[in-house]
Amino acid sequence: MQTQTHHKPCTSPEIGGVGHSLRRVEDARFLQGAGNYVDDVNLPGMLHMAILRSPVAHAKLVSIDSSAAMELDGVLAVVTGELMAQHNLAWMPTLSGDTQAVLATDKVRYQGQEVACVIATDRYIAEDALRLIDVDYEELEPITNPQRSLEADAPLIRTDKEDVTDNVSFTWEAGDKDATDAAFAKAAKVVSIETHYPRSHPSPLETCGIVADVHPATGKATIYMTSQAPHAHRTLFALVAGLPEQNIRIISPDIGGGFGNKVPIYPGYVVATAASLLIGLPVKWVESRTENLISTGFGRDYYMTGSLALDDNGRILGLRTDLLADQGAFYSDAQPTKFRAGLFHIVTGSYDFDAAHVTAKGAFTNKAPGGVAYRCSFRVTEASYLIERLIQNAANEIGMDPAEFRRMNFIQPEQFPYTSPTGFVYDSGDYETAMQMAMDMVGYDELRAEQAAAREEGRLMGIGMASFTEVVGAGPAHTYDIAGLKMFDSAELRVHPTGKAILKLGVKTQGQGHETTFAQIVAEELGIPATDIAVMHGDTDNTPYGLGTYASRSTPVGGGATAMVARKLRDKARKIAAHLLEASPEDLDWEPGKFSVKGSPDSSVSIQDIAFAAYTNHPEDEEAGLEGVHYYNPPNMTYPFGTYIVVVDLDPDTGVWTVRRMVAVDDCGVRINPMIVDGQIHGGLTEGFAKANMQWITFDEDGNCIGSNFMDYLVPTAWETPRFELGETVTPSPHHPIGAKGVGESATVGSPAAFVNAVIDALAHLGVTNIDMPVLPDRVWKAIHNA
Amino acid sequence: MYPPAFEYQAPDTLEGALAALAELGDEGRVLAGGQSLIPMMKFHLAAPAHLVDINRISELSYIRRSNGSLCIGALARHNDVVRSDDAKASDVVSSAAPWISDPLVRNRGTVCGSVAHCDPEGDWNSVMLAARAEVMVQGSSGSRRVGIDDFIVSYFTNSLETGEMVTGVCVPIPSGATGGSYMKLERKIGDYATVGVATQLELADDGSIAQAGIGLTAVNYQNTRASAAEDMLAGEMPSDELFAEAAAAAASASDPQTDVRGDADWKRNVVAVFTRRGLAQALASAGS
Amino acid sequence: MQITINVNGTEHTADVEPRRLLVDAIRSDFGLRGTHIGCDTTSCGACTVLVDGVPMKSCTMFAVQADGASVTTVEGLKQGAELSNVQKGFAQEHGLQCGFCTPGMMLVSTALLEENPDPSEDDIRWAISGNICRCTGYVNIVKAVQWAAAQNGGEEG
Repeated sequence: MQTQTHHKPCTSPEIGGVGHSLRRVEDARFLQGAGNYVDDVNLPGMLHMAILRSPVAHAKLVSIDSSAAMELDGVLAVVTGELMAQHNLAWMPTLSGDTQAVLATDKVRYQGQEVACVIATDRYIAEDALRLIDVDYEELEPITNPQRSLEADAPLIRTDKEDVTDNVSFTWEAGDKDATDAAFAKAAKVVSIETHYPRSHPSPLETCGIVADVHPATGKATIYMTSQAPHAHRTLFALVAGLPEQNIRIISPDIGGGFGNKVPIYPGYVVATAASLLIGLPVKWVESRTENLISTGFGRDYYMTGSLALDDNGRILGLRTDLLADQGAFYSDAQPTKFRAGLFHIVTGSYDFDAAHVTAKGAFTNKAPGGVAYRCSFRVTEASYLIERLIQNAANEIGMDPAEFRRMNFIQPEQFPYTSPTGFVYDSGDYETAMQMAMDMVGYDELRAEQAAAREEGRLMGIGMASFTEVVGAGPAHTYDIAGLKMFDSAELRVHPTGKAILKLGVKTQGQGHETTFAQIVAEELGIPATDIAVMHGDTDNTPYGLGTYASRSTPVGGGATAMVARKLRDKARKIAAHLLEASPEDLDWEPGKFSVKGSPDSSVSIQDIAFAAYTNHPEDEEAGLEGVHYYNPPNMTYPFGTYIVVVDLDPDTGVWTVRRMVAVDDCGVRINPMIVDGQIHGGLTEGFAKANMQWITFDEDGNCIGSNFMDYLVPTAWETPRFELGETVTPSPHHPIGAKGVGESATVGSPAAFVNAVIDALAHLGVTNIDMPVLPDRVWKAIHNA
Repeated sequence: MYPPAFEYQAPDTLEGALAALAELGDEGRVLAGGQSLIPMMKFHLAAPAHLVDINRISELSYIRRSNGSLCIGALARHNDVVRSDDAKASDVVSSAAPWISDPLVRNRGTVCGSVAHCDPEGDWNSVMLAARAEVMVQGSSGSRRVGIDDFIVSYFTNSLETGEMVTGVCVPIPSGATGGSYMKLERKIGDYATVGVATQLELADDGSIAQAGIGLTAVNYQNTRASAAEDMLAGEMPSDELFAEAAAAAASASDPQTDVRGDADWKRNVVAVFTRRGLAQALASAGS
Repeated sequence: MQITINVNGTEHTADVEPRRLLVDAIRSDFGLRGTHIGCDTTSCGACTVLVDGVPMKSCTMFAVQADGASVTTVEGLKQGAELSNVQKGFAQEHGLQCGFCTPGMMLVSTALLEENPDPSEDDIRWAISGNICRCTGYVNIVKAVQWAAAQNGGEEG
């Protein structure tokens, strides 16, 4: 595949196909306050739910007295685990094959766990009633880290499972141990790192919520829910609640950001639905920010060690990593079934070597469950961070410039498709071109010269780099599934008689702009102006089945489905055109928007004329209409990549570091809407910066969550956020119908290591080799003083 | 998150507010900007039975110079200070104002509300310590002026008597050359100070330091005056060495906790760094 | 308590408890759902409205405190049938993704341009620093405000 600096559109701006920065059609409603988020849904007679949560991290649940709460005016019900158990709903399956308590019956296992729910006529009343519920807990030792969890005398967290005797949630490995041992045996140098990728939280600005409306007469359950995967959620609701699937309609309306947080099913959804079913009125529950931060899916929390074996020349021979996952109290992330540590084994990154071995273990702790892929394709973020930190340290240890070290070890363009030592087949890449562009943009050589001079003056500045490779777009159905559902996705397209079209998707936007970009894919393939195509998604009754939007899979999978269904329609359109032009289909030429007879371009028919004919004058041997559906099973994942360079200045007296420059060169294959792609990268870089700089969740020794609101869980504002400079190269995916790769997560995956590498680079001459994220000023100051 | 129920009144005169507070006794609490109180009520960390809202008492929204002082009324918002020309008379006040919380909170929150709140992570009381401010207190039986050192009692505790309220705070503006600064280490806009240091230097005609003020934020159970450092500076000619010694003394006056915002030793170090830098900046602005 | 608030030029009345937050009055009692709730701690600015022209966080004010005030919400930004330049700027420069912070961002931007018609990038970043966006990294929000400022200047000039 040829790498270009940008992709030229094939369609006119009026058609607005791939490559045009169309303004978003969804904006009109958001700009006027006319979006429709879950909390905006109000139904006649609707009740409100509030959740009582455990104040302690680990305790036996002795008793719950809700009598005083029931007496409060406006309270209709207090739901406890005991009541849910009567309906066999006290526990629910997770997306990772575990079970999770809906409402506690035996123990509470983390601070913030759901203990009881109040259903009332008003949210204020429901909250008042929570304070009248008296719960008696008998406290147990809280386990606040996975190291303690694995000790022999640690209390057992999962006493609910009969056959469980320890706190291990999973073990898993990938790669070739013997080959890796052999590589290390012949290494001239081994470079190692031990680091913790701390617990973080996606915290989309809209918290999670539901309005459950189970109609008492028809039994139809209409569920408005903050869902990144409405179809999968409907199936799980059917399985959990025993409701017939055709009677469940999940509507995921406008979603105020997801970032992985809205992939799992949460207990509040189940209780609200059960309450609506039992009471016969709609029930709304919308989380507070604190509820969101202390109980819903967190990201990361991996303790990682990694070692690189190098030969005399600094060529990488092998990689060995081991990781320990802090899983929280239930195993409720959402990984493909075969991959218990997600796609962490992409950890060999952008580098060409023969041997790698990855071992992983998960441990239960008395913390909120999760481990969701926070703006990440199944743990790729942790993997990318580990290899890029190792690369930096290896270059430092052998005294080579980190850019040169990368250049020497990169997979070369002619090696694609490239099979990695852990079994991934990288589709396409040109890592050196992207890195060189970033170096040229930032003025790398001048910065290195400045740094040398600065060190003479005692001034600290650092230049950090990350040359990441991601793996997104799960995935080939033979390998990837979530809870048994294969990871295909779908699109359904109908062109109406006037030439206007409706496209229905199995994936679901949370702000990525699907209503614009997916119309552009159809415009590219059919030549119908993108503005003539309405995109529908998020309503399970009105869209084809799909696995949803996460892991940057919408464009690689849903986008593939969209291109393929449009091509099906184009094939049919060719037959109709042949009928109209009285030519044979093979004698027609296609250009965006019309067929013409070969050799006589004046004899042509537009796609709009063809659409009209499909309903008014279709060939006798064809069905009427211009409509189709495609379930796309991608032949492979896609592998976006890029190089990010960060320049920091560091105050040695306080340890405070500030970002002077941040250059990001991304290659996500063909860009459907360059404006939207840039926006995705800006957002991802900001989250990468946030994690490197400030954003984390920790716990005290009693298991109290520190970071339970936006005063303690710090997310950056416009003032702290660096100003980004973007560059692009385009290396199309050879197997994707339009050559696109997916981009929503690249920047979050790739950038944290660039920020940390910059700080380490500023201090490397002092002997500093690692500071864990977030790179807080006190950690920097101590690293300087201990160096 | 929803606050517990309470009774409410919003008098439009100071007399009305004082009468209400007198009648309510311990049940009554003043609501000014509410930017700390309302979130605390949502978390049920505060549950006042009765709020006396002073936001309609426009006579309290002043910022003015009078009798050698800069006086800030109980209803003056943080952003009123940012925009006030009169407030520029005090470097330490005007340099702190833009760094209070975030722009929207500054539109609503009040200086005096923050002073009365006595949150050790609040910025204003360090500023008031450095500037040796007086708090104007009024009750139904009369008014009094309380030095800031006596006003701050402890963690979230002031010396107001039942039925009293803060009506303003006055910062003396020294007649001699004076400079000040507020240095704040915050991790993001809207964050509380991890460490804050307010400094003020008043110079005598010969260039020696007539009086120094140093207030520390977020490193003790209350905003703290670094008295030993101030004493060390008074009467001396300013120099880098002197400032370094004072900085070390200020650090000794701090007793920070290790928490999610940082390690105690490092915070103590930041107190020293900020005191040294703050004094240098105060000296520079006194000379300009 | 009986309150009357002029929202976007229309008088709304409601009988509310003193503890009712202004944002709940706007969203539930007056039915204007463009104002959002993103946190509880006056940290995120999703609930920003203009109270007598000044940006405030409506989750950190009681509705009774706005009795008699004029409030502008996102629904009141349009100039007649047309989007305001700030609204147009957000569309032109891709200043929004999920749209949840957008009403608050547009309201503070509108207030900024009233006070400072030609803000620098620093001025804009400072002015919107009480509002959190999780999607855009703020880059295109800054550009959107600059676009609106240029457009306003063009109209006046």
